[in-house]
Amino acid sequence: MSLTHETIKETLAAQFGDKILGWEESYGMLSFTIQPDHNLKALTFLNDDPSMGFQFLTDVTAVHYPDRKGEEIAVVYHLHNLKENVRLRMKLFVPIEKPDVYTATGLFSGANWMERETYDFFGVNFVGHPDLRRVLNVDEMDYFPLRKEFPLEDQTRIDKDDEMFGR
Amino acid sequence: MLYNKQLYMSRPVRFNLIQKDTSDLGINNVQLPEGHMGEGFFATSLDKVVGLARKNSMWPLPFATSCCGIEFMATMGSHYDLSRFGSERVGFSPRQCDLLMVMGTIAKKMGPVLRQVYLQMAEPRWVMAVGACASSGGIFDTYSVLQGIDQVIPVDVYVPGCPPRPEAIIDGVLKIQELVENESLRRRTGDQYKALLDGYGIQ
Repeated sequence: MSLTHETIKETLAAQFGDKILGWEESYGMLSFTIQPDHNLKALTFLNDDPSMGFQFLTDVTAVHYPDRKGEEIAVVYHLHNLKENVRLRMKLFVPIEKPDVYTATGLFSGANWMERETYDFFGVNFVGHPDLRRVLNVDEMDYFPLRKEFPLEDQTRIDKDDEMFGR
Repeated sequence: MLYNKQLYMSRPVRFNLIQKDTSDLGINNVQLPEGHMGEGFFATSLDKVVGLARKNSMWPLPFATSCCGIEFMATMGSHYDLSRFGSERVGFSPRQCDLLMVMGTIAKKMGPVLRQVYLQMAEPRWVMAVGACASSGGIFDTYSVLQGIDQVIPVDVYVPGCPPRPEAIIDGVLKIQELVENESLRRRTGDQYKALLDGYGIQ
């Protein structure tokens, strides 16, 4: 039985039912939104179930939507089934005041540094992560650079003409 | 002075037989400093001799981080040869080098590492910032890039460019050589230098 979008939708809907909040399909890749506290259950199911077999975690990242009040940060997991060559995206929305998400490190070791990077840039707190600290930025940095409220430019420069550089 | 090599070489020579007349090619040899010349001796001041010796044997430490490092590799190649100017031995140990050439983007996380490498160099030491990123952060005005290495170490020569052509890097080395030749022997122990290092928090 080949793994098509319909079979994935059926199996996931049968298992999780009302926890899945939406389905999308962009550029041929299926994507679903799930409630944030069920992420580990969904990942485990997709990993262990023989008909699913999504055993490769490609990426964990986040997006900051400042306009969605109450659920500003979207944490995005990209999964890949290497046998059938099918990709899947899982999204969950967490509020910016309390961005807690269960860690996937127990299931995928690769999630370790990917979650550290997501913490470094967006401030997502992964509950149960063995070593959650900054990985790509300087350790003393006290803000999360990729959130929309922080400008791209380094604010300590005094010689650049503000008018010309749009700040 | 032209001569026929075939008459003078002890083994049979087929090519490059007539010595070329290079007097009108503008090739400079090292100029003798001012001093008193006599039979079998030459007297000049120590500053000048030491300056001459140092400038023509600068050992660079290439701290090549990104694209400018590739331009440096081209400069060290045979087409734009940097070893013509004495930088024959490129060392990667700061303990053995005179000139720290920082080539490429330095991230804020790399700043302390660069400072540590600079501290490990022995006096006299010179620093050259090659490229826009090392001089001022370049095109990368962001949260992660150090906006110029002169925020962490004192710099002598800046070479602008993105990346600078090998000729520009050679020009930078020649300017360093000018600085080296004219430097007083007492500069490194003087107050002005100490104040400069204190500005960077270096003892």
